[in-house]
Amino acid sequence: MRIHPAPAAPPAIFDVAAIRALFPALQQQVHGKPLVYLDNAATTQKPQAVIDALVSYYAHDNANVHRGVHALSERATAAFESARKTVQRFVNARSDREIVFTRNATESINLVARAWGDWQLNAGDEVLITAMEHHSNIVPWQMACARTGAILRVAPIDDYGDVVMDEFARMLTPKTRMLAVTHMSNALGTINPVGDMVKMARSVGATVLIDGSQAAYHQAVDVQALDPDFYVFTGHKVYGPTGIGVLYGRESVLQAMPPFLGGGDMISSVTFEKSEWNELPYKFEAGTPNIADAIALGAALDFVQSIGFDAIGAHESAVLAYATAQLSAVPGLKIIGTAKHKASVVSFVIDDIHPHDIGTIVDREGVAIRTGHHCAQPVMDRYGIPATARASLAMYNTTDDVDALVGALARVRQLLG
Amino acid sequence: MQDLNDLYQEVILDHNRRPRNFGPLPDATQSAKGHNPLCGDRLTLSLKVEADRITGISFEGSGCAISKSSASLMTDAVKGMTLDEAITLFDRFHLMVTTPIDEPIDKDAEAAVGKLAVLAGVREFPARVKCASLPWHTLKAAITNAPEPAKTE
Repeated sequence: MRIHPAPAAPPAIFDVAAIRALFPALQQQVHGKPLVYLDNAATTQKPQAVIDALVSYYAHDNANVHRGVHALSERATAAFESARKTVQRFVNARSDREIVFTRNATESINLVARAWGDWQLNAGDEVLITAMEHHSNIVPWQMACARTGAILRVAPIDDYGDVVMDEFARMLTPKTRMLAVTHMSNALGTINPVGDMVKMARSVGATVLIDGSQAAYHQAVDVQALDPDFYVFTGHKVYGPTGIGVLYGRESVLQAMPPFLGGGDMISSVTFEKSEWNELPYKFEAGTPNIADAIALGAALDFVQSIGFDAIGAHESAVLAYATAQLSAVPGLKIIGTAKHKASVVSFVIDDIHPHDIGTIVDREGVAIRTGHHCAQPVMDRYGIPATARASLAMYNTTDDVDALVGALARVRQLLG
Repeated sequence: MQDLNDLYQEVILDHNRRPRNFGPLPDATQSAKGHNPLCGDRLTLSLKVEADRITGISFEGSGCAISKSSASLMTDAVKGMTLDEAITLFDRFHLMVTTPIDEPIDKDAEAAVGKLAVLAGVREFPARVKCASLPWHTLKAAITNAPEPAKTE
């Protein structure tokens, strides 16, 4: 590796070359160039350990869970419930009864918006979100408000991409029944002061949901310290498979909350007159769950924990600082989202060159970035732009990756000047 | 880099830098809006139609180099055409940009589109086909006076 004037050197213990070697997809060439994968906020690549967990489950243990007495069903059930305990440790929940498996973060939020929202929201109540939410933390609340007559309110963000905390405090009132806020913005990289926000929401009696989709693969999450009622994240961004997500819910809230979907597994007894709900967390897991992907998510979280968020965070911060400095020096480039506390995302525009053209041209140099509105159209509207180009980092990215992006942007300029 | 140059040909870059027929059309008789939800591109196309013939045309909006140059080339191409001729050209253009890359483009279509053939390069870039076709879908909507905005989805 070349020597770069990175502001802070990653710790010596963090061997990024060794980590990259654990990710098969990173070893390929794209359009004849080595793949430089900088679209991690959309999804991360998978380590071999996760791929092996999927293969091993289907090759050896495949059976339905919670119902068979045969050996395979017992093995599948043990592996599935072991994955739940791994998730519990990952977010430091008090009990594995507080961990509900879903399809993704979007389904987790919809579960809460339906089961909690339809139960607790009334006409005139308010749901508070922020202007940096992505669509999955906007639309379910719009739908819940339409059903219940509650009102959706939006705390503004400033030019840097921080929530305007004075306005946020003003908008939190006893009418606020739900605060739904992202831990980290996918379009801007901003890390919200969610600990303070939870305390402020508590003081007016609001229930709190934190969307941890972006935060969960960059930093340790401690739901007991943050103390929200709900914390959601998706598996595929934290190096796990697609199709598996997590809802953490405070046990007392989940206990009182009515179920979401009805069906098998979520009941303890069924007659044609009446059904009784199963205990937690199964009350919220109707039907055969995504067993294989839950087990592989457990493998992903074990993988992340084996490296540790202290090392991952230090490495990613150093690469982010380098990327911010190098991209800022590109003529005509403007970074969108410059909050003081941010992680692993650099959104940018270059003069009047459309991000779609940037994405196509850098792709031909082997560099994968996201271009578009990042499923956060209101954020784009806030900055008066149709779209941005976004480079987003994960544990395996290096300053060489940043150099490859900057080199590819020179090609953009050459072509579209 | 041969394939990138297939997409960003000089004619396309020129129309991107200096789009033709760009701006409002004060005496328009009909118009339509187009929207590509994938990239957020928005386009308004205005027509002046007299006796079934397009005598005036312009477009406004923001977009990538491909959609802007496609709109610019399209407005040049259909100005003066009858509405039927413009719809026929739409069909030919659509056939050209959606023909799979490993299949030859229909000779009649290629001949009919003329200068627009420079956009055939988008076939190598599946994610960008919609950028090139958005102005055309919007033209069709303006001609048929469709009440809904044209979409590429």
